[in-house]
Amino acid sequence: MASKVSSSLLKTPLKGSQLKSDAHPDWCAGCGDFGITNALQQSIAELKLKPWETYFFSGVGCSGKTSHYVQCYGAHTLHGRVLSFAMGAKLANPRMTVIAAGGDGDGYGIGAGHFMHAGRRNLNMTYIVFNNEVYGLTKGQASPTLSFGAQPKSLALPNPIQGVNPIAMALSCGYTFIARSYSFDQKHMKSVLQAAIEHKGMALVDVLQPCPTYNDIHTKDFYAEEVDVGGRMVPRTYYLKDDGYDGQVKNPNSMAEVNEKKLAAFERAHRIEQQVPLGIFYQIELPTFTDTLRKNIPMLQQYEAPVDIPYTSNTGHANVDLTEGMAEFVV
Amino acid sequence: MAVSSKAPGKKTEKCTDFCWMIGGPQGTGVDSSATLFARACTVAGYWVYGRREYHSNIKGKHSYFQIRVKNDPVLSHTDPVNLLATFEPSTAEYHAFELVEDGALIYDPKLTDPAKLDLGKNVLLFPIDFDEILKNVSDETGKSVAALAIMKNAIAVAASSALASVPLSAIEEALKGIFTGKKSKLVPLNMKVCTQAYELISSHPDAKKFPYQLVEPVKPEPNTRLLINGNQTTALAKFKAGCKLQTYYSITPAVDECIFMEEHPEYGVVVVQCEDELAALNAAVGAATTGIRSSTSTSGPGFCHMAEGMGYAGICEVPVVVFNYQRGGPSTGLPTRQEQGDLLFAIHSGHGEYPRMVLAPADVTEQFEDSFYAFNYAERYQTPVVVLSDRSIANNTMCVPIFEQKNLKIDRGDVVGTPDSFDENDPATGLEIFDRYEITESGISPRAFAGTPGRIHWLTGDEHTPEGHITEDPVVRIPMHEKRMKKMDLMLNEVPQDFQYKLHGPEKAPITLVSWGSTKGAILDAMRVLKNKHALDVNFLQIRMMHPFPAEPVKQILEKAQMAVCVENNYGGQLSQLIQMRTCFDITDHIRKWSGRPMSETELVDAVLAFKNNKAEAFSPRPNEQERILVLSYGI
Repeated sequence: MASKVSSSLLKTPLKGSQLKSDAHPDWCAGCGDFGITNALQQSIAELKLKPWETYFFSGVGCSGKTSHYVQCYGAHTLHGRVLSFAMGAKLANPRMTVIAAGGDGDGYGIGAGHFMHAGRRNLNMTYIVFNNEVYGLTKGQASPTLSFGAQPKSLALPNPIQGVNPIAMALSCGYTFIARSYSFDQKHMKSVLQAAIEHKGMALVDVLQPCPTYNDIHTKDFYAEEVDVGGRMVPRTYYLKDDGYDGQVKNPNSMAEVNEKKLAAFERAHRIEQQVPLGIFYQIELPTFTDTLRKNIPMLQQYEAPVDIPYTSNTGHANVDLTEGMAEFVV
Repeated sequence: MAVSSKAPGKKTEKCTDFCWMIGGPQGTGVDSSATLFARACTVAGYWVYGRREYHSNIKGKHSYFQIRVKNDPVLSHTDPVNLLATFEPSTAEYHAFELVEDGALIYDPKLTDPAKLDLGKNVLLFPIDFDEILKNVSDETGKSVAALAIMKNAIAVAASSALASVPLSAIEEALKGIFTGKKSKLVPLNMKVCTQAYELISSHPDAKKFPYQLVEPVKPEPNTRLLINGNQTTALAKFKAGCKLQTYYSITPAVDECIFMEEHPEYGVVVVQCEDELAALNAAVGAATTGIRSSTSTSGPGFCHMAEGMGYAGICEVPVVVFNYQRGGPSTGLPTRQEQGDLLFAIHSGHGEYPRMVLAPADVTEQFEDSFYAFNYAERYQTPVVVLSDRSIANNTMCVPIFEQKNLKIDRGDVVGTPDSFDENDPATGLEIFDRYEITESGISPRAFAGTPGRIHWLTGDEHTPEGHITEDPVVRIPMHEKRMKKMDLMLNEVPQDFQYKLHGPEKAPITLVSWGSTKGAILDAMRVLKNKHALDVNFLQIRMMHPFPAEPVKQILEKAQMAVCVENNYGGQLSQLIQMRTCFDITDHIRKWSGRPMSETELVDAVLAFKNNKAEAFSPRPNEQERILVLSYGI
């Protein structure tokens, strides 16, 4: 059922440090972006992905620069459009491991339309959202995930509108892998990223991260502190699996199980008042867009990927013969 | 709106040029009847041009289709109608005034009273009892009259063919061409209906009086011509060029091209309906970086959405081909109607400066060529290419020689593959960085497809270093921006001159028409009429490569012209503005039309004569007295 096309893996592994490019990150000290980038570099190395068959797309903003810092093919695209560029590349060459990343404003604001339809298509890609509730690069305006009434230091007034819930949104858009992680929890970041990359289908990893410069509410200290839940002091973040939660659908053909898991994920997605759950909220294996296209287009059964289809004959002439295509118009 | 009394056809038994019209509420088979008539005429050996007019509406509003039939190739429509075929009441009401004085009307007497129509004195009337024909066929075949009702338009076509001397056998052959495979069983049924209508009209006492019976044509070799519109043509050209990803967001008049491609999966094209035009262009750009040829098709409103992605493709030097079938604007404008309103937008779309090519094909044959070569140019110059077509080319049907395939070569530009230094057992060799944006003399940097080992590089919409990292350093910015922009000089030097512009007709003429895009057909047809009937030599400077602009040769031609008249399907004279900007040559005589309808041969003949005779009352008053502007408005 899942797409059989995947990049063959390296026989000799690379080190995570070899996945760092020569470009130096220009993020503020203490930025959550460092943790995510590091986990990504480590994950590519540990999964033995070929860096030249790994294509990392990023949006615009602080997180948008991430593609420059990873030693694989990278495209720093347009604000909000990262999933569209990534989709094109994945359609053209399904052998490549395609990873997209962007900020919460990029993905849930200006790019919200693409967010929705990327879920519906279920291409085999990973989308990492750097979620810090502010537009950092333009000096701290409210992003779509900032909750009603919150007032980080750059806002003149408390946020007058509601924040979105990315996990719940992804559930209704058809993402087949939906997870949350925290940028300074490296171990968790890596395990969730690797699961997302290995998942056959469209994966969302929403990553909570402090913005040390503009978000003075949800800081590193905020995430590190313990909270009082029913008189008991517990860590701010916890892992879903430690709570006995399993969001993975075992039988995708069982509507009962699918509904049950979706409802459970929806409920968990909204438990964010005190403790913040991390981990995989929902996962299901369904045919990818590439699988469906392969069924519909005979040439894609003969060739593994559209990039493999030759263009020319030996003489440089276009090798497509239009005789049959023209037939219905010939008089 | 007075109709010129000059009929296109000669009023003798030697008619070689004939205009037929059918119409009706949308959804009643207007297009299929026009297709049948056009095909029957083509099968019989004539040449046809079909003009389709329709509303932005699914069912009910009035649409019509004109088929001009000639004994030799025809490129445009005329305004007067020789034969108006109707099977419902509205078409006669809307179009009766367009019938020439000795033309003919086919109608259903239960629905239409000719006495109440605005008809010329000698119009021949051919009433047909459509219901009776359907009942006869119903009795014969056992099919219900209701099930046969859709064939009313076939009755109108058969009756028309009888009047115009198009043989019944041509209708049968046309039906066979249209109904293939499982639908072929519809051919005999349609023929029963058509035969009755054909015989009814042939035996009508007035049939022989119809002065526009077509002269039997010199029949071209069978299977040497295509009856095709621009949407279908573009799809075929994209197949030929090896386009492997077509993205789109539904829009008139581009979507038919995309649907046609989807219906032909045998060409291996992944066709993706996107959530919007931003996604459509950006996905095509993402795909192109991996080494496939990709494209998207839209119209003006969608092209607006693409402006940002165009700039990205420009600065990242990604080859992508964008089709803009112009329609009436601005905004939603006239969604189903003709206009050439996007020229200045297409060459300026997006902020900042980036190289691009804008090609404006003028008919289906050029649409085929430009669509094919656009992919070569996009890859050779590593930049977006816009094919600026329009609604007339998209929807109107032309009869043209079969597209020549054998000389079409693919040019993928300067592409490098895996370097020799790559060793599969040493993955570090695959991590080597490639200077994708190397500063070169020509402006073209060798390109590597994402996925190639040892050629790692980055793309960014920011200004960038040779390997593709962000920079704001003027020392890099200056040569990098110059390198990109220089590619436009290369295009002007390398693209064949006759692909950039063409002077049609005699080298010297008292009047030189200057135009671009789909006005070409009406201009060339009008030139023949002006020469043959008015002994007036006119030549025509057609600009095809709108950007970069062939300024020098255009200027030279214009400076030699005795009287240059710029012909455009817009209000502002966008080509004349462009010419002034690029050449400093000021064209002061203009023919313009922005009613949302294409120009006809009829209109252009009259307009050119008005300029020749300096007919002051023909020109619209303008503040600038140096300017003479003739505004055309014919057509509903």
